[in-house]
Amino acid sequence: MTPYQKWISFYTMLRKDVVRMTRIWPQTFLPSVVTSALYFLIFGAFLGSKIGEVHGVPYVMFVVPGLVMLAVVTNAYMNTSFTMFMSKFFARNIDEILVSPTPAWVIVAGYVAGGLVRGIAIGSLVLVVSLFFTNLIVSHALVIVLFLVLTSLVFSLAGFVNGVYAKSIDGINIVPTFVLTPLVYLGGVFYSAQSLPGLWGSLTRFDPVFYIINGFRYGFLGVSDVPIMVSVGVLVALAVLFTAISIYLIKVGLGLRQ
Amino acid sequence: MASMPAPALEISGLEKTYAGGTRALNGVSLTIQKGDFFALLGPNGAGKTTLIGIIVGLVNKTGGTVTIFGTDARNEPEKTRAHIGLVPQNVNLDFFGKVIDIVVNQGGYYGIPRSIATSRAEEILKGLGLFEKRFDAVRTLSGGMQRRVMIARALIHDPQFLVLDEPTAGVDVELRRSMWDYLTGLTKRGVTILLTTHYLEEAEQLAKRVAIINKGEIVVNGTMEEVLALHDDSSAGNGGYRGSKLEEVFIKLTQDKP
Ligand SMILES: Nc1ncnc2c1ncn2[C@@H]1O[C@H](COP(=O)(O)OP(=O)(O)OP(=O)(O)O)[C@@H](O)[C@H]1O
Ligand SMILES: [Mg+2]
Repeated sequence: MTPYQKWISFYTMLRKDVVRMTRIWPQTFLPSVVTSALYFLIFGAFLGSKIGEVHGVPYVMFVVPGLVMLAVVTNAYMNTSFTMFMSKFFARNIDEILVSPTPAWVIVAGYVAGGLVRGIAIGSLVLVVSLFFTNLIVSHALVIVLFLVLTSLVFSLAGFVNGVYAKSIDGINIVPTFVLTPLVYLGGVFYSAQSLPGLWGSLTRFDPVFYIINGFRYGFLGVSDVPIMVSVGVLVALAVLFTAISIYLIKVGLGLRQ
Repeated sequence: MASMPAPALEISGLEKTYAGGTRALNGVSLTIQKGDFFALLGPNGAGKTTLIGIIVGLVNKTGGTVTIFGTDARNEPEKTRAHIGLVPQNVNLDFFGKVIDIVVNQGGYYGIPRSIATSRAEEILKGLGLFEKRFDAVRTLSGGMQRRVMIARALIHDPQFLVLDEPTAGVDVELRRSMWDYLTGLTKRGVTILLTTHYLEEAEQLAKRVAIINKGEIVVNGTMEEVLALHDDSSAGNGGYRGSKLEEVFIKLTQDKP
């Protein structure tokens, strides 16, 4: 295939997924927007005044970055794990792509791009919703964009790996519920890790999402529990790791080729 | 003298043992010349779909070689896949997709831009009597129509080698005849066809060459005349029923020896 043909194949996969997710927007975009709005309402209007300020900003502003990341992480992940799983499990229409000359890395890129778009779109939507509840403080806009993109990418790749391995529909629901959500909540969505007592404070540092949330929050507040470059490093390392695993899986055809 | 064109398909010593231990192919060798209409026959579980899976790259072989138009399918899969169109045995269509989208997207996976793929898809769908249904979702089509969608999908990139795994299963007589005409028309344009079917009279009508596979081994391989010549009057079917000549040769070669 020429580079242009590879691009067309990639674009075809991405286009198909974007058409799908926009067609069923009440399932893909609405849930995160509604739950985020509820969180903002609770922590802004109801609880915020009692909690006061964190890092010198109103509590609702402090939780916005973490809640945006919660939506980004779960949506990017579930989009790719779902499309991957559906196409290999039910109709097996993934064979359409596997018999084509599209190389493994373009197949990975095609699936992952859908999750990337979904993550970025959801993150932006939740940020827009947050404007109704707080005056958004922005310190480093580029950091915000960088983390939105990198986080979507990392969890879209992770979802791809999950989708390839999953043997049943439960196999793609277990990770978001029992791994991702706890990692995000314990990664400091609602509190600064500095305020955690010894053991918890140390354990938190093994949670990759902790670095992601802090880096993203730095873009807004200009303060973080960890140096920004450490956060970027964690994301880049995860992206490289999951990219390598994904391409390897498609090349050997695990669960896809007998 | 000009050198002979490379055969459309050349396989040698092909072996496949599935992960569970089933030995599906036991050293199969087969050559299909360019422009041939080749029928691969055999009882259920003989290894036909496995063989096809290896040719198109959906099944990993455990031994032997596959060469397509002179190119090794393992070394340069992207090159060999570009030549092949597959109509699989089991319907593997995205049930929610529209007919035209499925065919056009398939073109995309081969690097064909949407505008070109769309006009080509419309033409193919007309030829297969599906033009009126082009905006319908696949799940609303009858089984026979779904098979025709799979044929249209396999033709979008104008493959030189068309592989059809029981394309006429569950297709009514009239439609089957129109499919035959369509396939014969393709061979007249130089397309090589590999067909499996359980309708032996269909194979007898269409194919110039035929191989019978049983328990993972080729038991006969030659021109239709050569294979039919194996027929002898003493080999009348059980219980006095007599089928076509090909049917009787088939039964003689594939039944379990007492
Ligand atoms: N994915 C798989 N895993 C394990 N064994 C398999 C798999 N697919 C096929 N087999 C086994 O390999 C053998 C050959 O199967 P195959 O599907 O190639 O037969 P076939 O000739 O296409 O039969 P049919 O006419 O019924 O379609 C059978 O014993 C089958 O059970
Ligand atoms: Mg079969």
